[in-house]
Amino acid sequence: MLQTLEGPEALETASTFREQFLQGFRFMVLARLLDEKMASLYRGGKIHGGVFLGRGQEALSVSLGLALKPGDVFAPLIRDGAGRLAFGETVLDAVRTYLGSALGPMRGRDGNVHRGYPRRGLLPMISHLGAMIAVVNGVLIGRRFRNVTGDVGVACIGDGATSTGAFHEAVNQAAVEKLPLVLVVANNQFAYSTPNSRQFACESLVDRALGYGVAGHEVDGTDLEACLKTSARAVAAARRGGGPQLVVAKLLRLCGHGEHDDAHYIDARLKASPSGRDCLAVAEEYMRGRGWADAETMQRFRQEATRQIEEAVAMVQREPAPDPFTENWCALASRHLSERFEAYPPVETL
Amino acid sequence: MSITYLEAIREAQAKALADDPRVFIYGQDVGAFGGAFKATKNLAKEFPGRVLDAPISEDAMVGAAIGAAIDGMRPIVEMQFADFSTPGLNQIINQAATLYWRTQVPCPLVIRLPSGGTSGGGPFHSQSMEAIYAHYPGLIVMTPATAEDAYSMLLEAVAIDDPVIFCEHKHLYYHCKAESLPTEAMPAGKARIARAGRDLTIVAYSAMVQDSLAAAEELAAEGSEVEVVDLRSIKPLDTDTVVASVARTGRLLCVGEAWPWGGVTAEVIARVATEGFGLLDAPPQRLNSKDTPIPYHPNLWTVHRPTVRSIAAAARNLLRM
Repeated sequence: MLQTLEGPEALETASTFREQFLQGFRFMVLARLLDEKMASLYRGGKIHGGVFLGRGQEALSVSLGLALKPGDVFAPLIRDGAGRLAFGETVLDAVRTYLGSALGPMRGRDGNVHRGYPRRGLLPMISHLGAMIAVVNGVLIGRRFRNVTGDVGVACIGDGATSTGAFHEAVNQAAVEKLPLVLVVANNQFAYSTPNSRQFACESLVDRALGYGVAGHEVDGTDLEACLKTSARAVAAARRGGGPQLVVAKLLRLCGHGEHDDAHYIDARLKASPSGRDCLAVAEEYMRGRGWADAETMQRFRQEATRQIEEAVAMVQREPAPDPFTENWCALASRHLSERFEAYPPVETL
Repeated sequence: MSITYLEAIREAQAKALADDPRVFIYGQDVGAFGGAFKATKNLAKEFPGRVLDAPISEDAMVGAAIGAAIDGMRPIVEMQFADFSTPGLNQIINQAATLYWRTQVPCPLVIRLPSGGTSGGGPFHSQSMEAIYAHYPGLIVMTPATAEDAYSMLLEAVAIDDPVIFCEHKHLYYHCKAESLPTEAMPAGKARIARAGRDLTIVAYSAMVQDSLAAAEELAAEGSEVEVVDLRSIKPLDTDTVVASVARTGRLLCVGEAWPWGGVTAEVIARVATEGFGLLDAPPQRLNSKDTPIPYHPNLWTVHRPTVRSIAAAARNLLRM
């Protein structure tokens, strides 16, 4: 009866939201299980370099990927596996990059979370924190020059990166240029082992929005419903010309900085606090409470994700590794301007 | 009618903006003000919306140029002074220089660095940064020594699909002139024999080419014929032309305004020693600025960097070896 009173539009919105929630949940499950698989391969010595999990950040991350459309720009950070999948990255690309396959987007030249397709709007992060924000600004400036309107850029960072000069320069730049940038700070309360108390002194990072002259949003990063709504609102505001949007999400990193780190420094009381909730469990509870998915359905989601991941890993493990003898060892697009040092075979012999 | 090195840079940018809608200029005070040195004078008026004033944010300036390049634009970033490129260093060396190699997506952008010393500039408005940028794979580094090259190489830099560090010398801005703008030019990576000679080779770049030519003139009066090689671009570096010159003269003096440690002069000597050791009749020599920050007072500054006099003296010493 209530639904009838709200009219058919509200009904449609409610059902769309339910679909979006379920879709988001499935990406979260896929991201969580993919992370666990990578962690397991890491422990088995199958991965060169580190493995970095998004555990605890999936709800926030997925909400961003789902809020974007083709043509938008996304610069995820290390814990944005869920957002990457929702934006359109394949499990195969993630596995290929972690395992260094020659067929992956980075072809063994870069690894783990450093992956993407710049021309498709998925920017591959460099390790220097805050540096991707201005690059997103630049893509948006490029769009403006080319009279392409309605595209939005999302840049993801953590609490630690808010202390960098690059962060400050880029937020200010976006504000001056009134760019459709959504800057998302996942405040997971630790930058590696450094707690918030040693990172910044303001009450909340969202207070900085006022200083920069941009809109600010705060959200509980453990709550998928809140994340979906806040991200959608921020992205929509940027899309309709409202200028940069700063979104600050509070959550807790439910893992180490990387799989080499046992995160012993995270206080048990923090883990027991509301921001220490597992967003996946919270979302499951939410769906159960509304009768959106029963235990059997959720089990099916997990099984499907597991199958997808296992197939990708099995496939990638049979793929060729990069070959140093056929590698062209040329850092320039203009090959004719490349220096030819003696240590490498001359370009023309390759 | 003659045109200065600075006017040549302004004209090259005007032509790039006129010829290619992908080009835009971004830097501090480059808009209505026309730039600290007036290298973008009137360009904002002639090309509305395409010459953007930037906040004092070198990191974000370069970062945005990279993003625009990814999106298909051809940005030209003006650093107000080469010295101020250091706050943007991270974006240049870690983002711009690695992008193509990591992703196969080219990063065509030009970063203009008003470089080198002028009297009174002091420690933070006088630096020559070319060696730092040349050290990193993925960057092209140009160091024009003439107004003709300033014009043609800047146009070439805009056309190149890679990030180009364009080191333009502030002393040459006003003191170096061309009769007219060139219509054709040698490509980057090719050095130029600025003066032919058979007794000694001086390899130089940027403003030091002009000072080396003046020193060569002095030595000519004393009966020695000095060949001067203008590197034009230091990355790529034209080893072949340098070695061929040393094959003719048997003696090598490298002159650079930058500091000595690990710089361009060291690189040139390393290449000649490894590829043309047998061609040398005397130990290769180099002349750089002193290994201190750059002094403010003219009495100190003129002794800190190589001069016509010190280049001529170094050449005489080498001829006696």
